[in-house]
Amino acid sequence: MTATPRPTARMWLTCFLGIARRETLRFVNQRGRFLAALVRPLVWLFIFAAGFRAVLGLSITPPYQTYVLYEVYVTPGLCAMIQLFNGMQSSLSMVYDRETGAMRTLLVSPFPRWFLLASKLVAGVIVSIIQVYTFLAIAWFWDIRPPAMGYLTVLPALVLSGLMLGAMGLFLSSAIRQLENFAGVMNFVIFPMFFASTALYPLWRMRESSVLLHHICAANPFSHAVELIRFALYQRFDLMSFGVVAGCLILFFAGAVVMYDPAKGLWARRKGGGA
Amino acid sequence: MRRFARTPDIMQDALSIQHVSHSFGRFAALKDVSLSVPRGGFTALLGVNGAGKTTLFSLITRLYDNTSGRIEVAGHDLRREPGAALARLGVVFQSRALDPDLTVAQNLEYHAALHGIPRHEARLRAAEVLELVGLADKLGSRVSALSGGQSRRAEIARALIHRPQILLLDEATVGLDVKARAEVVALTRALTATGVSALWATHILDEIRPEDGLVILHRGEVLAQGNAGQIGGNDLTGTFLRLTGESA
Repeated sequence: MTATPRPTARMWLTCFLGIARRETLRFVNQRGRFLAALVRPLVWLFIFAAGFRAVLGLSITPPYQTYVLYEVYVTPGLCAMIQLFNGMQSSLSMVYDRETGAMRTLLVSPFPRWFLLASKLVAGVIVSIIQVYTFLAIAWFWDIRPPAMGYLTVLPALVLSGLMLGAMGLFLSSAIRQLENFAGVMNFVIFPMFFASTALYPLWRMRESSVLLHHICAANPFSHAVELIRFALYQRFDLMSFGVVAGCLILFFAGAVVMYDPAKGLWARRKGGGA
Repeated sequence: MRRFARTPDIMQDALSIQHVSHSFGRFAALKDVSLSVPRGGFTALLGVNGAGKTTLFSLITRLYDNTSGRIEVAGHDLRREPGAALARLGVVFQSRALDPDLTVAQNLEYHAALHGIPRHEARLRAAEVLELVGLADKLGSRVSALSGGQSRRAEIARALIHRPQILLLDEATVGLDVKARAEVVALTRALTATGVSALWATHILDEIRPEDGLVILHRGEVLAQGNAGQIGGNDLTGTFLRLTGESA
């Protein structure tokens, strides 16, 4: 037996680029998915936010330094919503890949499983960031114009929040046995996460109506993803949101790696090649 | 277990499985399974549905973790050197594993990337393996446009692109018509002539020839292994039914 050379840095990069390319190709091939990802937040912006402008105008709330229209307030939340749905879309695609058998191709790669999952996660985030910037470009024509530098400073926040929401999707996908169960994820994860957050209303408004709801919203990691994006878009850094989002990213990703581990996760207990 | 004589190996086995067991809760899917696949040979893993073939393949490909016994691929211990072992395996799964939304070339390049093969090299290899499986003209076709037999051959091309030492094929002819089935079996046999070993899981006795290696797996146990001609003589079907106790 000859000694086996360890994979070089170039091989790791090749593997990552291959996974990223496949995700991009799938995204490009599914034009409906791109449109759906854009239509959803645009409907909220053009119809919901415009309709509520009169009743939900906001007084000065950090990071805003002046009174802002409701459309302006809701925009960072809609950016996070794009990433939330994209994360769930990736999760759905993982479950689909597992049902069709395509997942096995990924998992029998000689690269470590954590690296394969991380590559898939990062590839999904790249796609979500393209969607967010497209949304922000359209929103600009709707007079939602954060500072020019904000488009740049929001990028790291989008990367981090995208990774956190993608890791959550990855973790969920490891626990979902069948595609049919995904409707449950929509009802029990996506909608509560989105509505019980600061995406649509600030925390102080929540407290006015219900203290319990206020606590739930404050504890919701999605609220912190929204605030991280909101502050970054206005060239501010929110340490608390950063800490929560980074912490949740580590937790969700570690959970996904364990669940996809052949020795530890649900994978090991599935009869018939759950892959 | 009955052991039958086989031509002695002067080289290391392509695949060696020693005392492997696996359970799902209380259900023992594999019980102390030991078998070996010689280099460059065609070995059939014969068993009825539920014999444990797919579970065994899932252990070899590390979709499941093997906690007992030892699995070696070309001398590399799967637990201690999973990367080196998996790099030497080419796998054709029972269910389709190609992405139907992508072209054959894109699927092959994706698989090559999963083995760290750069894109320019992957393109050359894709053309090479597709030529080998008779699909050179399908490079740019979407997988969804391929017939069942073509799709299966594309799966074999995918499994070959990283130049593995052993091919695992799990019920590779399921769902194919007679002609396509014969083509896929013939293609796999031709590949073994190039030095690639093949472990061919099947429940179809017609796919096995007397000169093939044979392992009979039944209810998670290896009942016989060796040369198919020596195990079955002139009546492999009768021998199989007698060994498994499935005879009428």
